[in-house]
Amino acid sequence: MNDWANGLLGGVLIGCAAVLLLWSIGRIAGISGIASGVFAGARSERDWRIAFIAGLAIAGAVTMQFVPSPPRMQTGPTALLLAAGLLVGFGTRLGNGCTSGHGVCGLGRFSRRSLAAVVTFMSAAMTTTFVVRHVIGTPG
Amino acid sequence: MNRVILAALASGALFGAGLAVSSMTDRAVVLGFLDVFGAWNPTLAFVMGGAVAVTAIAFRLVMKRQAPMLGGEFRVPKNDAIDGRLVGGAAIFGIGWGLAGFCPGPALVGAAAGLVDAWVFVPAMIAGSFLAGRLAR
Repeated sequence: MNDWANGLLGGVLIGCAAVLLLWSIGRIAGISGIASGVFAGARSERDWRIAFIAGLAIAGAVTMQFVPSPPRMQTGPTALLLAAGLLVGFGTRLGNGCTSGHGVCGLGRFSRRSLAAVVTFMSAAMTTTFVVRHVIGTPG
Repeated sequence: MNRVILAALASGALFGAGLAVSSMTDRAVVLGFLDVFGAWNPTLAFVMGGAVAVTAIAFRLVMKRQAPMLGGEFRVPKNDAIDGRLVGGAAIFGIGWGLAGFCPGPALVGAAAGLVDAWVFVPAMIAGSFLAGRLAR
């Protein structure tokens, strides 16, 4: 399996998606902000946000059916997934961005603030995975 | 359908396809990247590298324009302050990401594809976002 080639291809598609959104309507392709903005943002910004999330979900789900190594359907512990979801939703709202807004877009804009966010969430995530897998020893 | 909606739909579709092609929707692949002391899976580094290579070059060209192609104005964050809210939020997000291997994009795609894990994760993620929105007020 050429994991790196698929990764690079997917990454370029994601980069092009972010460029298309900025070029066409002048908005940053940050998924946590777009998704929370559907509920909490300005009414005038709601329609494009819904369209973006719909395109993301539908095209992503359809493409998943054609990816050579289909995602493993194993299910994780419910309590862990609930806790993780709460933390991800809370943290991305508080810190104004996730892997797309601060990562893909913020790093592309050479934003110091986004670089600080990326270094912080990468370190926190790697530390958490280390503790879960190698200290506590439960398979995530 | 108006052109703003169409552009957002197309951008979202490209983004979703990119996440699926690169297996970022498979949380085992993401956790494999985060697990630097285990059987390390570098895929996420190629995804982020490929994406940032494109945005780093093309964003500069786009921002030379006076306005976006379909009108309106560029809404790009002007705030470059590194404060407690940013670092605290990023750290909390990172802990959640490291627990499950889902960040918002792949979780939404996974939920649309019928992954049971994502069905549990996404409602909790929305609740977490609401909670942070309440506290910030």
